[in-house]
Amino acid sequence: MTSLVLQDAHLVDPERLREGRGSVLVENGVIADVAWGAAPPAPEGARVIACEGRVLAPGLIDMRAFVGEPGAEHRETLATASEAAAAGGVTTVVTMPDTDPAVDEPAIVDYMLRRARDTAVVRVLPAAALTKGREGKEMTEFGLLGEAGAVAFTDGARCVTNARVMRRALLYARDVGALVMNHCEDPDLVGDGVMNEGELSARLGLLGIPKEAETIVLERDVRLARLAGSRLHAPMLSCPDSLEIARRAKDAGIGLSCGVSINSLTFNENDIGGYRTFFKLSPPLRGEDDRQALIEALVEGTIDVIVSDHDPQDVETKRLPFAEAANGALGLETLLAAGLRLVHADRISLPALVAAMTSRPAEILGLEQGRLSRGAPADLILFDPDEPWVLDKAELRSRSKNSPFDEARMEGRVHLTLVAGRVAYSA
Amino acid sequence: MPDARPRYPHRHLLGIEGLSPLDIEALLDAAEEAVEVSRRVEKKKSTLRGRTQINLFFEPSTRTQASFELAGKRLGADVMNMAVASSSVKKGETLVDTAATLNAMHPDIIVVRHHSAGAVHLLARKVDCAVVNAGDGAHEHPTQALLDALTIRCNKGRIQGLTVAICGDILHSRVARSNMILLAALGAKVRLVAPSTLLPVGIEALGFPCFSDLRRGIAGADIVMMLRLQRERMHGSFVPSVKEYFRYHGLDAEKLSHAAPDALVMHPGPMNRGVEIASDVADGAQSLIREQVEMGVAVRMAVLEALASHLPNG
Repeated sequence: MTSLVLQDAHLVDPERLREGRGSVLVENGVIADVAWGAAPPAPEGARVIACEGRVLAPGLIDMRAFVGEPGAEHRETLATASEAAAAGGVTTVVTMPDTDPAVDEPAIVDYMLRRARDTAVVRVLPAAALTKGREGKEMTEFGLLGEAGAVAFTDGARCVTNARVMRRALLYARDVGALVMNHCEDPDLVGDGVMNEGELSARLGLLGIPKEAETIVLERDVRLARLAGSRLHAPMLSCPDSLEIARRAKDAGIGLSCGVSINSLTFNENDIGGYRTFFKLSPPLRGEDDRQALIEALVEGTIDVIVSDHDPQDVETKRLPFAEAANGALGLETLLAAGLRLVHADRISLPALVAAMTSRPAEILGLEQGRLSRGAPADLILFDPDEPWVLDKAELRSRSKNSPFDEARMEGRVHLTLVAGRVAYSA
Repeated sequence: MPDARPRYPHRHLLGIEGLSPLDIEALLDAAEEAVEVSRRVEKKKSTLRGRTQINLFFEPSTRTQASFELAGKRLGADVMNMAVASSSVKKGETLVDTAATLNAMHPDIIVVRHHSAGAVHLLARKVDCAVVNAGDGAHEHPTQALLDALTIRCNKGRIQGLTVAICGDILHSRVARSNMILLAALGAKVRLVAPSTLLPVGIEALGFPCFSDLRRGIAGADIVMMLRLQRERMHGSFVPSVKEYFRYHGLDAEKLSHAAPDALVMHPGPMNRGVEIASDVADGAQSLIREQVEMGVAVRMAVLEALASHLPNG
């Protein structure tokens, strides 16, 4: 039996929103005990790590990351994404099916899981396509894909626009207990739009994307979920009107859960400045008022989870005029540090922030990890929430370098990442 | 004797935004002198002798490219035109790669037109020479705004206090964007007139009154500036048809009678006669359209000279 004691840490228990001094005992890859207060004597023969008051929390669960494998390995592989994740404190990555081929058959889920087992240092959970070929027409084999290991169903960056397809998918998903996540962005209303619609887009001469592109799809999906009596996850909300729809749905008892991109919590459209393509995202960055409303919704619980929306893009797709560049930004490696900005600004408590990236996604996905509880998998991270550092893109572990935080000052750095009790990253 | 006039202080001309009224006036004053040069039999100056000017056009253009070419040649520069339809950009080379390639040839001035907003800024960051924006997407077309201002100043004697109505496809127009910024900076009262589908959302925040009715929009205006309507807009559900557009938004003599009696009509060209403007108005006594073209060469000479003064050994 292998034992490990993490002693004298500042524990964060996201389920009970509790924090304080304590120690954790890990045995055989599982949390064997959580001791609050002064450290109990370590079991004989146990390896002891002195945490010296640094934060010990469950490893983060990221519900939305794009990985280039299979099909775009020049941008990111499961191996490089997982290294970036481990360095950023993410121990479970839900991958989007926007690969080539798309993850729309059990054999491809199986391939992903085998590749992850052989090459990745963190847990990889594939989300499968909601429709075949992510074309929005015919639903995929939810049952068989689920058996193969798919944890959720989504067309990733694409929105299912056909309401009939969406209705049937939600109905069928209820039967097999599948989780449906539909990207809320009506492509027709987006049109040639490339950024938030408003004064800034008018100034920059860029075509705008109205918030209604998001709210119309969200409202439709919520109504269809009610009709189907099924669960629904809205992956990334970006504006107060969407939050209003979400609040109403939750009050009405509809099984809706909501996410927000760390980018929408951290940046606003002004960051685009002189046409900086690393800030070209979907949903687009909105105004500062919208960002503030999203932070409040996170604190009050209308927003359940924070996702990295990790989307590696290379020079070929980003070093272009703004309108021609691809959407997307790296996020795995900076997720925690970016989130900690909200804690340092006294906008949210540390346990509440951690919950949005651990126990809440675990509940939605039905996972055992993401908790600081006896019997839970020992996916743990040890970090100094105050350590200052400057992001240098040359040091990023991702194969792509499109981080919106390039040269940004960060506060908070991961020192140790454990997955099932084994070291996945050590600073 | 030291030159007492204010000097244009920037390395590039990427847009009107960011220029002070003094910068603009300096360019207009210089352009007015260039008009004289252009009217002489001997039109050549030697300010740019030995300099290399590359006209890099990612979008087809006849008049702007010809105007920049003539301006460069009258100043003695070696002018090279690069039409991109026949270049390596079509082979997948990125804009940044093209910039690096051109930069290695040590040009002194690059004049760029590109179909994407911000593309000229991107290019300017990657080269060592001076860059002139000859139009980037729906963002800016600064020399057009300067030549429009010069045309107005020559005919009205001032810009301050004039009411200028900019009419038509404002959503897709870089000309409109540069003009509204420039004219407002020099004290004109700018109005925007367009069907609501062709007005950018959020434009009201810039503080210009917006009208969807042409007669009301140009009522009492001193200058009526018409914009070109691209025919492909009919397919994007922006306007239903050419016929309907001309009926409600095309400038004809009757509609023009709502403007000030001495109102002047402008158009950046090329015109769609019978779409945004009636032929009799375009060719009529109130039209400045041909004069705009003449001013175009003068303004571009002034801009090239101003930028050349910042070049090494300039």
